[in-house]
Amino acid sequence: MHILKLIFRNALRHKLRTSLTILGITIAILAFGILRTLVSAWYSGVEASSSARLISRNSISLVFSLPLSYKEKIRQIPGVKGVSYAIWFNGAYISEKNFIPNFAVEPKTFLELYPEYVLPEDQKTAFIRDRKSAIAGRKVAERFQWKVGDIITLKGTIFPGTWDFVLRGIYYGAEKSADKTQLFFHWNYLNERLKKTTPRRADQTGVYIIAIDDPDQAAEISEAVDRTFKNSLAETLTETEKAFQMSFVTMTEAIVTVIQLVSFMVIIIIMAVVANTMAMTARERIGEYAIMKTLGFGGWHIAILIFGESLVITMTGCVLGITLTFPGAEYFGNTMGNFFPVFDVSAMTLLLDVAASFFVGLIAAAFPTWHAVNIRIAEGLRKIG
Amino acid sequence: MRIPLSYTFRNLLTRRLTTILTASGMALVVFVFATILMLAEGLRKTLVDTGSYDNVIVIRRASTTEVQSGIDRYQASIVETQPEIAIGQNGRRLAAKELMVIINLPKRRSEKPSNVTIRGINEQSLLLRPQVKLIEGRMPKTGSYEVIAGENITRRFRGCGIGEKLHFGMRDWTVVGAFRAGSTGFNSEIWGDVDQLMQAFRRPVYSSVTFKLRDASDFEALKDRIESDPRLTLEARREIQYYADQSEMMTKFLRILGMSLTIIFSIGAMIGATITMYAAVANRTSEIGTLRALGFQRRNILFAFLAESMLMSIIGGFIGLFFASFMQLLTISTVNWQTFSELAFSFTLTGGIVYQSLLFSIIMGFLGGVFPAFRASKMNIVDALSTR
Repeated sequence: MHILKLIFRNALRHKLRTSLTILGITIAILAFGILRTLVSAWYSGVEASSSARLISRNSISLVFSLPLSYKEKIRQIPGVKGVSYAIWFNGAYISEKNFIPNFAVEPKTFLELYPEYVLPEDQKTAFIRDRKSAIAGRKVAERFQWKVGDIITLKGTIFPGTWDFVLRGIYYGAEKSADKTQLFFHWNYLNERLKKTTPRRADQTGVYIIAIDDPDQAAEISEAVDRTFKNSLAETLTETEKAFQMSFVTMTEAIVTVIQLVSFMVIIIIMAVVANTMAMTARERIGEYAIMKTLGFGGWHIAILIFGESLVITMTGCVLGITLTFPGAEYFGNTMGNFFPVFDVSAMTLLLDVAASFFVGLIAAAFPTWHAVNIRIAEGLRKIG
Repeated sequence: MRIPLSYTFRNLLTRRLTTILTASGMALVVFVFATILMLAEGLRKTLVDTGSYDNVIVIRRASTTEVQSGIDRYQASIVETQPEIAIGQNGRRLAAKELMVIINLPKRRSEKPSNVTIRGINEQSLLLRPQVKLIEGRMPKTGSYEVIAGENITRRFRGCGIGEKLHFGMRDWTVVGAFRAGSTGFNSEIWGDVDQLMQAFRRPVYSSVTFKLRDASDFEALKDRIESDPRLTLEARREIQYYADQSEMMTKFLRILGMSLTIIFSIGAMIGATITMYAAVANRTSEIGTLRALGFQRRNILFAFLAESMLMSIIGGFIGLFFASFMQLLTISTVNWQTFSELAFSFTLTGGIVYQSLLFSIIMGFLGGVFPAFRASKMNIVDALSTR
């Protein structure tokens, strides 16, 4: 018990230095936490994907479409439970800077295949019935203060023209990971207009979403789908939704790697700061350690004192940093909110926070401890300041 | 009378471990600061170099990139016959009707697929872009299933080396050449004959028309004419502007990330410097008293400690820059969200960045040292001398 008291007393001896060091750790843990959250935000699409869904797209690349006639053919493949389709519309709301992911979908099957997007029953029916309607996620509705019944106008970038939709519903997520920033509208509405303006682009879809009975059969079913359309004008590439989402992440992998590297660098920087504090502290107290040794205290006792002090400092900073991570992530998420649909601090991040602080505390104390334990008593007593 | 700089130097030398730790903290911060600036600069340079000031690119109205755009043959021929377009040495108009699509190709090393831009060109395309040079092999023959690839693509994507074959659009395409285009975005593209590619992709429309202006100042008039022509649903932009717009989102992302990181990191490093300097002041209380007794003024003491802190941070700044300069050897390749296609760019160190980084490190040193230095200068002679 006495040793704990001594550790705390020691930590408080240089109040300014200790509080500055704690502040440093707080900031480092805050930065580390936000960067880790940023990395996991990158993977949020992968996290939210279901293993019971496959995505089939044109094998050349996503910018090429697939004919609508594939739908029935896919449905006949054994193991396929349901098929829906969607097309990336990329309409701009007022200006291109207001990025909203928006898709033209077949509403009925789409909502069946995505049970994580939850709508009140009346809104759901209203959406399915009205061909000119759209639904939006709770987050995006809050961002632009949309209410059910509002008319939303999107400016087409891939499909030219202005497109009006009546907002018939606002969906929320069944799980926290669900993307609540998207807008969905009727594929038919898009198609009817394309038939008039650019018939060659009509009756096409971007991707097929395939629900399967047994996730273990994903590979076989994917292969069966691709085999069906082999050597056609629009060959397909079918993969699990997870793999599909992952392909977006790997394309920007370089940036994720940079962020990960930087997040470790912040820990190294703070390690230098804490190590510096501990080195100074131990140097000043070398005389005391020598006295303690003279009194008969062992080397491990001194080691506990130094390690204890270091850990008290880092862990206090850690707790403060974690407390600040939540509002910090929220602020950062709002600033960058348009890029990332989900920006939540995960339990894994917190665990890493604690581990990093502990690690920094240990490393920072290592050298001063070694020095203090090994110094000869006479030398330690002689040392001044 | 000033306290000599050697005093400051010696002091840093005496507390080697502390100086090294603090300076290396600063060095890391400057390293991060500089690399992020270098990354943003590399991206900017790549995209700005891609365009030329007197080139104009015409795409469909409201589409933000060539990939989204579509221009049918009728509209393209109207654009092509505008009088402001320069005439080349071969007597033909310097205008290229091009196709741009994205294909998914696996990388050589990781087998992970990424999006590569493929551009359908005609013989004028090369004249419009003098920075593009063939470095190996030959140009594709018009009307054949042959393509050439930018050097970033040849090296990194499977099937893109000379002599290798790519399969898309139900046929095989032979890579017959590799080209280099300075540090531009063209390095990350594959080029082939536009008519063959349009046929293969079953896309009967062009993506863009790019042309060189006879006189760069004609742009405004031409833009007005194209955009108000009722037959056209197109818009014209200077090529430079077009490529700068494409990096907007990525630049914004890098800027927000870079700013937040720099602020956070520099606070950390300044705290380190403050702690070190407070300790230096506390350890040298009697020394400061002696200096004062010898007749040095308060402001001399202030400057001596400030100099010490700033010297330390400049050392850190140089170390950080030294390591950051090696980052120039690295090339980052990633998919640009706006164009949805692969873009490679390298870290670029400029004089401006060196200057900013050093300035930044000096400011850190100043802010970290100013409070301790004030404490040192405020000391009372008698009290300072009496503490041992």
